Amino acid sequence: MTQEPILTARGLVKRYGRVTALNSCDFDLYPGEILAVIGDNGAGKSTLIKAISGAVIPDEGTIELDGKQVLFKSPIEAREAGIETVYQNLALSPALSIADNMFLGREIRKPGFLGDWLRMLDRPAMEKRARDKLTELGLMTIQNISQAVETLSGGQRQGVAVARAAAFGSKMVIMDEPTAALGVKESRRVLELILDVKKRGLPIVLISHNMPHVFEVADRIHIHRLGRRLCVIDPKQYTMSDAVAFMTGAKLPPEAALAA
Amino acid sequence: MAQVQEFEKALSNSETSVAAFDEHGTSIVKRIQHFLHSTPAAVPLIVLVLSIAVFGVTIGGRFFSSYTLTLILQQIAIVGILGAAQTLVILTAGIDLSIGVIMVISAVIMGNCAVTYGLPTLLAVVIGLAAGGACGLLNGLLVAYMKLPPFIVTLGTWNIVMATNFIYSANETIRDADVDVQAPLLHLFGLNFKIGTAVLTIGVIAMVVLVLILWYVLNHTAWGRHVYAVGDDPEAAKLSGIQTKKVLISVYTLAGLIAAFAAWVSIGRNGSISPSAAVTDYNLQAITATVIGGISLFGGRGSILGTLFGAMIVGVVSMGLNMLGADPQWKVLLTGVLIIGAVAIDQWIRKVSV
Repeated sequence: MTQEPILTARGLVKRYGRVTALNSCDFDLYPGEILAVIGDNGAGKSTLIKAISGAVIPDEGTIELDGKQVLFKSPIEAREAGIETVYQNLALSPALSIADNMFLGREIRKPGFLGDWLRMLDRPAMEKRARDKLTELGLMTIQNISQAVETLSGGQRQGVAVARAAAFGSKMVIMDEPTAALGVKESRRVLELILDVKKRGLPIVLISHNMPHVFEVADRIHIHRLGRRLCVIDPKQYTMSDAVAFMTGAKLPPEAALAA
Repeated sequence: MAQVQEFEKALSNSETSVAAFDEHGTSIVKRIQHFLHSTPAAVPLIVLVLSIAVFGVTIGGRFFSSYTLTLILQQIAIVGILGAAQTLVILTAGIDLSIGVIMVISAVIMGNCAVTYGLPTLLAVVIGLAAGGACGLLNGLLVAYMKLPPFIVTLGTWNIVMATNFIYSANETIRDADVDVQAPLLHLFGLNFKIGTAVLTIGVIAMVVLVLILWYVLNHTAWGRHVYAVGDDPEAAKLSGIQTKKVLISVYTLAGLIAAFAAWVSIGRNGSISPSAAVTDYNLQAITATVIGGISLFGGRGSILGTLFGAMIVGVVSMGLNMLGADPQWKVLLTGVLIIGAVAIDQWIRKVSV
């Protein structure tokens, strides 16, 4: 890798009481790549991701975004810095419309008196941007942008959540188990979405237990074990069973991968 | 592009219209269900029109007169305003049992400040509004930060505020005549004007204007959308970057403030200010109007216009039964039927998404 990483974390430590969830963990994300994060249950994957997305404040260690040190105290701060997260439960509000959901927490107000004094939302502008974004990602078979999210199928909801992240993420997008609750066909759609987002130049962190999916889309695989980065492997040079063996400690990773 | 995996090859023969909408339910019932789902105020409006029609036919012209119909509006003004406050709280999946007694204590404070202490009336009103807002703020802080269930919090403050009201006022009524002489401004919302035989009070106008303002705020501002989002799924709202605690606190505070505003309107309607009004079940009447108006008790669903219609339904039914000379208990019975019917319809409409 000749490029500078867009996000680096060094020596992250997070303890919950006597449990050490992160044990001086390192993390690197390069521009334009899909980095998968895999690991056994309890290895500390989610804590690592939460530390990056601002949901957890690490006890020790540093995070640098674009070479500048950052310390997020809440997910909102991470979002403002350009890090968007698609949560496993999607964080959508079922009764609100697609457009309202995409702009939840960062609504556009009408210009002038209506917006400044009457705080009126600019629905046409929000719906237009939502429609543009969904069309870009090939999701515009959704006919009505003002229909409630609860009337959508699981895959469509996932699409809305991904579109929201892609629309606002300027630095990177984190996706937590995006295919876990989906059927075969819908998983395929979401994987294509992920590649679409990558084509737009946004790097993606993909957390998943689904090895075939990980090996299909990832450029590099970060294997997490016992609260730290065990190694980073190239999915083209290793098999899924290698990855599982490294992740569970059945096999030791090669020296070259350790250095990566 | 990603290469397709073995088991996924079968997909190439399947339908490609992944995200298209199947119009599977084109039956008339399904369509009605969809319409009601997207227009939550429709059910109470239909019930309101039906009940006016039924009483109009059975009672005749006497009921249909603009005098009777506007009299109904005068009777529901206070409950309508309290219902609007209750709606805000119920939209966040909460409930406010203290709203009625907050109104009474605010009225007593306004009256005491203006009449007993001789403060300028406008200042007395401001103090009363502040007291109502403070009670609401207390509810909001307990719900948002102590994370206590709203039912328990407001059950507690209901008793606390009611007792405070009796201790503070020594249960002394401020007479109508004293208010008229010393603070006529407190009777502002009781002033009426006639359009033909229709008699409207400023209080009725205030109720309608308040509901329209809240409708605008709930549907066309970010704060309003956040109220719905918090009631719908608080966890999702939080992850979307909404400061759910601030939304909850502002909702309960605003509900207290509106209850204090209802106090001002109630002084205009009742004339005198009686602390013993605290034993009236205003909060339950407000909840009734809200529920009949189609606001879901599970939060996040319903239109505040429905609450206005809900209050009107109760007003129409009680006036109609009155004019028919029925036992007043029939009104209570019918209200009970309406509540259960409204919640049953709400559950049915919700199934649209399943």
